[in-house]
Amino acid sequence: MLQPYATPLEKLWFYAFRLFCIGVLVFLILPLLVIVPLSFSADSFLMYPIHSFSLRWYEAFFTNSEWMDSLKNSMIVAPAATLLATVLGTVAAVGLTSADFPGKSFMMTVLISPMVVPVVIVGVGAYLFFAPLGLANSYLGLVMVHAALGVPFVVITVSATLRGFNPNLVRASASLGGNPVYTFFRVTLPLIAPGVISGGLFAFAASFDEVVVTLFLAGPEQTTLPRQMFAGIKENISPTIAAAATVLILFSIVLLLTLEWLRGRSEKMRTAASAA
Amino acid sequence: MNMTADAPLLAADGVPLAVKLKRAERRKKLRAALLVAPLAVFLLATFILPIALLLYRSVENPEVPAMLPKTVSALAGWQGQGLPDEAALGVFVQELTAAKDNKAMVGNAAKRLNMEISGYRSLLTKTVRAMPLDPAAGPLREQFVNIDERWAEADYWRVLRHQDSRYTGFYLQSSLDIKRGADDSLHMAGDDEAIYLKIFGRTLWMSAVVTLFCFLLGYPLAYWLVNLPTRKSNLLMIVVLLPFWTSVLVRVAAWIVLLQNEGLINGALMAMGFVDSPVQLAFNRIGVYIAMVHILLPFMILPVFSVMKAIPPTYMRAAVSLGSHPIPAFWKVYFPQTVAGVGAGALLVFIMSIGYYITPALLGGPDDQMVSYYVAFFTNNTVNWGMAAALGSLLLIATMALYTLYARIVGANRLSLG
Amino acid sequence: MKKMIQLAAVAAVASVFAGQAVARDLTVVSFGGANKEAQVAAFYQPFEKATGQKVVGVDYNGEVAKVKAMVEAGKVTWDVVEVESPEVLRGCEEGVYEKIDPKLIGGKAAFLPGTVSECGVGIFVWSTAIAYNADKLKTGPTSWADFWDVKKFPGKRGLRKGAKYTLEFALLADGVKPADVYKVLGTKAGVDRAFKKLDQLKANIQWWEAGAQPPQFLASGDVVMSSAYNGRIDAAQKEGKNLKIVWNGSIWDIDSWVIPKGSPNKEQALKFVQFASKPENQKTYSHKIAYGPTNKSAVGMIDPKVLPTLPTAPANLNGALGINVQFWVDHGEELEERFNAWAAK
Repeated sequence: MLQPYATPLEKLWFYAFRLFCIGVLVFLILPLLVIVPLSFSADSFLMYPIHSFSLRWYEAFFTNSEWMDSLKNSMIVAPAATLLATVLGTVAAVGLTSADFPGKSFMMTVLISPMVVPVVIVGVGAYLFFAPLGLANSYLGLVMVHAALGVPFVVITVSATLRGFNPNLVRASASLGGNPVYTFFRVTLPLIAPGVISGGLFAFAASFDEVVVTLFLAGPEQTTLPRQMFAGIKENISPTIAAAATVLILFSIVLLLTLEWLRGRSEKMRTAASAA
Repeated sequence: MNMTADAPLLAADGVPLAVKLKRAERRKKLRAALLVAPLAVFLLATFILPIALLLYRSVENPEVPAMLPKTVSALAGWQGQGLPDEAALGVFVQELTAAKDNKAMVGNAAKRLNMEISGYRSLLTKTVRAMPLDPAAGPLREQFVNIDERWAEADYWRVLRHQDSRYTGFYLQSSLDIKRGADDSLHMAGDDEAIYLKIFGRTLWMSAVVTLFCFLLGYPLAYWLVNLPTRKSNLLMIVVLLPFWTSVLVRVAAWIVLLQNEGLINGALMAMGFVDSPVQLAFNRIGVYIAMVHILLPFMILPVFSVMKAIPPTYMRAAVSLGSHPIPAFWKVYFPQTVAGVGAGALLVFIMSIGYYITPALLGGPDDQMVSYYVAFFTNNTVNWGMAAALGSLLLIATMALYTLYARIVGANRLSLG
Repeated sequence: MKKMIQLAAVAAVASVFAGQAVARDLTVVSFGGANKEAQVAAFYQPFEKATGQKVVGVDYNGEVAKVKAMVEAGKVTWDVVEVESPEVLRGCEEGVYEKIDPKLIGGKAAFLPGTVSECGVGIFVWSTAIAYNADKLKTGPTSWADFWDVKKFPGKRGLRKGAKYTLEFALLADGVKPADVYKVLGTKAGVDRAFKKLDQLKANIQWWEAGAQPPQFLASGDVVMSSAYNGRIDAAQKEGKNLKIVWNGSIWDIDSWVIPKGSPNKEQALKFVQFASKPENQKTYSHKIAYGPTNKSAVGMIDPKVLPTLPTAPANLNGALGINVQFWVDHGEELEERFNAWAAK
């Protein structure tokens, strides 16, 4: 970028700019870097400097039934919500991209709206609506609302993938006698699978990280990991939350790497499909 | 020639092709709509109806009409001066007596009336406990004043008379700091009592500040990343995406550690000699801004990055080679091409900001809370559904207005997810 | 398509069953942190061992409105709740709690006077007092007037976010005698006076909601002094932090067990209350955290070394006052609302 004939002022500008950008990157990553070492602190307050190291907070995390129950609940709710959101969202995305029908753009706006409506409103509304139906403080209610929050991610991601999908492949299948359902499962789905999976991952993250709706809608038995974290930060500050945070960070690294891998695969597929 | 032009083109089964095509097209549309239907129904049940119910709750007013239906209609004839007449008081006594064993009903009505005049709760429960009254023991007016002197004040009766409808604008008015005066006219609350308009203003202001900082930090970074070699920029992009994928609560916890008085930031500032004593960074506005910008920054970087990626670098080179200085060239040639991405990112960040609850709740003080906090406060701390619903409705209207704008300008399906 | 809907239905049904596979445990709600740790050791675990009934602990910060919402919705998920004394009375009047027969716990006479009522059974006596970090303040404050003195002690102060206790402390700082606090607060002018006094300190206040926060704030240097639950400070002292308590001007209160009306686990809940009220269990609790027992027999069992740390020690009661329950039942909502509007400005 820097030209050899740059004036000193330009050089200064160039380095200042680069320094600024590196500063922003540090700002982004710093919180993740500071919380990890704290989880190995032996001190019972969440602060630096660390005087001595221990695994006591990991022990506290993995032996405490509240933390383990909340992890288990997250592992029930998030996959169930993801499945529901992915199936419904993928089917809807196929419909949205296959033809124009009246009110389509309005429909799209509605389907994406769970992403922007303030979660507090969703949480309070869901509680008011579900409590008389007996669905408040239940896994089913929580799964349904989490799925609703995850739907936009699936719809967006899968629609985007479908726009890159060659519709002639469907026509080819149809002309060879494949019925639409057969064609979907044997032709469309394998090709858009990376998009579906990454949409699913987004939906998973949306549920796995959700705390506000859970705060209102879940009973003590449905406490999820973020809900437990929230209580940990607000009510019971102990370095156990640093241990839980470290576990969650590892988890998000796995999610991110999976997604990046899928993106690479999807791009390869798309270029291969259009080349064919 | 003419013959073929007039006769419609027929398909193999003799139906005109145009008709058949239209039919096929219609079938296709129907199928598309049917595919969307399950999700639409699902969202209706889990998302749209609950929110509709919430909106309804902001105008619902069942408590007093349920307990004292005849009293409120009997009070319609009351002139607004002194106590109501004996007949109306008789009805009141009847209904109070009937409600005596229903603690929950009395409790709800007392709570509703207490919102109008503080102290009405104890007045009503006390009066219910004194029931029944014996009409033979003297005028009911006197008996009521004997139970509590406050019954002699017209204000209490006026408030009761006003409870004649199952619907009320009370909560929405209160959410906008509008009060009802003694003469039943509406006026803006005084400086001491006004609170929610300020909170709405604060919510918008804080969201604007967060959006601005996301732009100031995100735009240069996106520009830098776009102009780096692909391998390097992909690697650095992970630094942007990793926080994006990390739980918001993890990040809030980390910021508390960083920002507290003896946290790392203050330690560094003092070690470098910038300050002598710790600066307060957590549990105030600064802490909320820092954490919110951190959480929302990727939502700005990603759309801006993808727009920049599509701009051929040759444009800038052309401008510079034609004699333009790089900075004006940037402003005149490059920046206008990125405005769409900036707009999309900024609107998204702003929309998400105005609904924030968790971050201010955990990292802010009482004067850093936004509207969502009060929705949660009224739900959890005082079980005042009406106020929670009214504030929520106003917040929802603001959000939906912005979102519609977003959908118009950017297109809802263009929300970028990186 | 059909397959997918079936799949979704199966997933939904499966998740419901996953929920039902876990039997409903006894949910005990308490103020979290060190208080809860002590309760786990003294009550939950021994109870689980003795009865085989699993106990789920939930933390809260005294938001009893939630109980009311549950009772009204007819879906009660909290079985036993630790509440402060005004809440016992108010909730009982509103019919939110189950009545508890005093015979179950050995009769009212076995407990300190005023700790057992129609709906509540006292758990412990606790106190809100000034606390400071002696590592940072060589000479600490001795009264609420010092707490308000930002010239003598520059820096932030922690106070519990709410009208209760805060208004009393403001009046104490303004020179009102402990015995007169509620008399003054009972008038409009008295309330105005308290808020006016708070105005003076407002810029220097850092509010806390959870009992675990003051020790954290003090240890991290976020505040120079704070109001705090005495037991939390004691727990931090045991962890090696040099925190000190100023008993002068402290306010003591009693936390009680209540059982929300309509709890499906009422039988187990009553058993739990009975179990937790036994003198030996209350003694264990007081040894874990410096709160005084309510069961008279437990008082005699306390280790003499622990006694001076309890709010009930005569030396600690000097200059302290007890909370006026009736005052807060009558004025609580109004004052909390006014406080909230004041704090948000």
